[in-house]
Amino acid sequence: METVRVERATRASRVFAVFALLGLAALIAMPWWSDDAGNMRLVGEMAYYLALAQLWNLLAGYAGLVSVGQQAYVGLGGYTLFYLTGVWDMNVYLAMAIAGPFAGLISIPVSFAVFRLRGAYFAVGTWVVSEVFLLFASLIAVLGAGSGLSLTPSILREISPERDTRDIILYLMSLAISVFVFGVVYLLLRSRHGMALTAIRDSERASASLGVNTFRTKFIIYIATAACTGLIGALIFLQKLRISPEAGFSINDWTVVVIFMVVIGGIGTLEGPFIGMLIFIVLRELLADYGKYYLILLGVIAIGIMLKAPYGIWGWIIQRFDLQLFPVGRRLALAPTEEPAASVPKI
Amino acid sequence: MTLLQTQNLSAFYGDFQALFDINVTVEAGETVAVIGANGAGKTTLLRTLAGSLVTAPETVFFDGEPIGHKTPHEIVRLGIALVPEGRRLFPSLSVEENLLLGTHSERSGPWTLERVYRLFPRLHELRRLPAPSLSGGQQQMAAVGRALMSNPRLLLCDELSLGLAPVVIRDIYATLSTIAAEGTTIVLVEQDINRALDASSRFYCLQEGRLALTAPTKDFNRAAITAAYFGMQGRAG
Amino acid sequence: MTWVNIIVQGALLGGFYALFAIGLSMSFGIMRLVNIAHGDLIVLSAYVALVATWYTGFDPFLSLVIVLPVMFALGYLLQRGLLNQTLSGGLLPPLLVTFGISIIIQNALLEGFGAQDYRLQEGAVETASLQAGGFYVGVYPLLIFAVAVACIAALQLLFYRTRLGRAFRAVSDDADTAELMGIDNRKLYALAFAIAMIFTALAGVFFGIRTIFAPSSGPIRLILAFEAVIIGGLGSMWGTLIGGIVLGVAQAVGAALDPTWQILAGHLAFLAILIIRPSGLFPRTRD
Repeated sequence: METVRVERATRASRVFAVFALLGLAALIAMPWWSDDAGNMRLVGEMAYYLALAQLWNLLAGYAGLVSVGQQAYVGLGGYTLFYLTGVWDMNVYLAMAIAGPFAGLISIPVSFAVFRLRGAYFAVGTWVVSEVFLLFASLIAVLGAGSGLSLTPSILREISPERDTRDIILYLMSLAISVFVFGVVYLLLRSRHGMALTAIRDSERASASLGVNTFRTKFIIYIATAACTGLIGALIFLQKLRISPEAGFSINDWTVVVIFMVVIGGIGTLEGPFIGMLIFIVLRELLADYGKYYLILLGVIAIGIMLKAPYGIWGWIIQRFDLQLFPVGRRLALAPTEEPAASVPKI
Repeated sequence: MTLLQTQNLSAFYGDFQALFDINVTVEAGETVAVIGANGAGKTTLLRTLAGSLVTAPETVFFDGEPIGHKTPHEIVRLGIALVPEGRRLFPSLSVEENLLLGTHSERSGPWTLERVYRLFPRLHELRRLPAPSLSGGQQQMAAVGRALMSNPRLLLCDELSLGLAPVVIRDIYATLSTIAAEGTTIVLVEQDINRALDASSRFYCLQEGRLALTAPTKDFNRAAITAAYFGMQGRAG
Repeated sequence: MTWVNIIVQGALLGGFYALFAIGLSMSFGIMRLVNIAHGDLIVLSAYVALVATWYTGFDPFLSLVIVLPVMFALGYLLQRGLLNQTLSGGLLPPLLVTFGISIIIQNALLEGFGAQDYRLQEGAVETASLQAGGFYVGVYPLLIFAVAVACIAALQLLFYRTRLGRAFRAVSDDADTAELMGIDNRKLYALAFAIAMIFTALAGVFFGIRTIFAPSSGPIRLILAFEAVIIGGLGSMWGTLIGGIVLGVAQAVGAALDPTWQILAGHLAFLAILIIRPSGLFPRTRD
């Protein structure tokens, strides 16, 4: 008689986890082994793009909510930070801690409107909401109206009076927030909510008939994603020192590239956004001199992937090699017993 | 002459195999019944013949030509028309518009709108009404009429009696024999064995995707059919 | 600025938005395809007209003889070559592919024409106005409204009085059974999209005459068209006209309070209707 064990990790994932932790340690230590401030800025940018991609992937790839309006929360987080520190003189760390949850709060009434729509209509609906945010920001005087706001210089001194230290702190914040967001997404997907999401993604009706509360699950995911996106938005504009309606709520900067990262890397997988982000950064750096061609190329690649390999690069790798580096599923494993069995049934 | 022939026809829905090596022959002018329990593969067989399910070219021959790979719209142009299970009339269209849809096969032949109305006089009265407002039996007549409008050489009928009252079923099958008398070849799928055997000269019995029994209806042996229908005899390897 | 005047101006603006929406409504109605690139195709049409006027010296209305066939052909190829393959894959492929097309069009126009504004010059009709009942109504907005109504009427004729229209309606109801009747769905979808592009191109030229345009003008057109369709209710062309009028009037009211509030007022009206009556004013489609 065999006994059966439920396992979470695979051998590949354990090996990968070791490398990942080593890599993370190296990145954290980067300010001390690399002199180039440009490197830190780039890695910091990669970190927050990765976080945005993980969040959009959670929303669209797992919960089936294809939003083209997440830039609403990026801008909202940024404006909240600037408003609280500029008009209310709040401590910058406190302001950041508020920016995230505040975005989550605003997403609640938003969801009442957009959840009325499904599929592609939901997508355009979220876009309308972000346009509304943009227009409000450009009309309200205390938010700087059309020209936006600049970060009060004293805020930067609050972080650190020295520029180099400040850059390091901002860089480490970027890494920390990215790891935090990834942790939230990963733990969510490993939990019962995660299984509910996968079930919903596979068949909403079937899972509803089994008692999965699809509306509440999606609702929670939407709020959580909005809150994390708001936090990232605050971080982004803290580093940019200025915010304006066009920049804060830019669909090109915060949604188009994020969607392409997820789609090219592999939607509905945790590994996909990493790959997509790396490809995007490489393409952007390579094509930096060619104006908007890299966006065109991104568009062409995304269309090609959607038609030929809809599960992205990582999806293709999974199919070929049955590999999973971030295990979220559960596998059954046979544990051997003392007496040799006459025939072992295959799983 | 053999109008339709399948050769080791297998059909899949994704990974699930619904038909296993089916060999069926239909001669021109005859009416053949396909019977079997729910899930036996009868509808799958008809859909494969009509082109909705794709198979290898050489598994289905129509008039000697391999058609297994052809699309539904190509197949209807060759002269095979399907009356789908559940009627499947177009809800946004009126009765007459539904009938006219049948002409998109671009085939000429004896069936025109007037002729269909003569066959189903009730439809003529109802022709301007939206299709969903018809009763089940009327919808079934319209579905048959629509298929006839494509002037088929082979008419495939999937569960004509589904959900209909016995007297309505009787009328529809009476019409069917009129159509058969004109020389149209018919393959009909039915759960109602008596109806199926009354209307046909030969039958095939499917069981879990396999051919379990075939015989001329005049030779029918109740016990043999029951056994084949429910799979009580040993399954052929 | 009387309220009657505001309503009239808003209603005429609504005709304009309905014209934007026709192509979008068609491709949704027949193929269940929400074309994210719709607004960019409107703008692309304006650029095609621009280039046509440069090379031929035609005025924009006359350039339609070039623009319409070009966009018709483009639409047919786009659907046949690309979009048809996305239709069976679920929600994401059509959305992301049309999104990709949108990005490509915007950036290709940016590379080709630069970011500056252009405008199509039609001449006197742009500023002419009629006097009616004590206020002035622009001839051009009136013309657009009339064209929108004419287009919708023409489409209704196509759908309900022609063999092709019957095929469109059948495919919209049940594509699988339509194929069993002998309809080649791939060709039909391509034709549907191509016809939708005719209306889109028409909208583009009228738009280019009325307002300045740039490569980035696409998305907002999509949103306006989308709002008109949703407010009016999916599946009804005349509903789309009403939806456009409601949107236009909401914007006119907002603009009357403060010109910078115009677009925002429209969005807010849209969101309000979405919350109160999500299926729109005159919904028809089974989904």
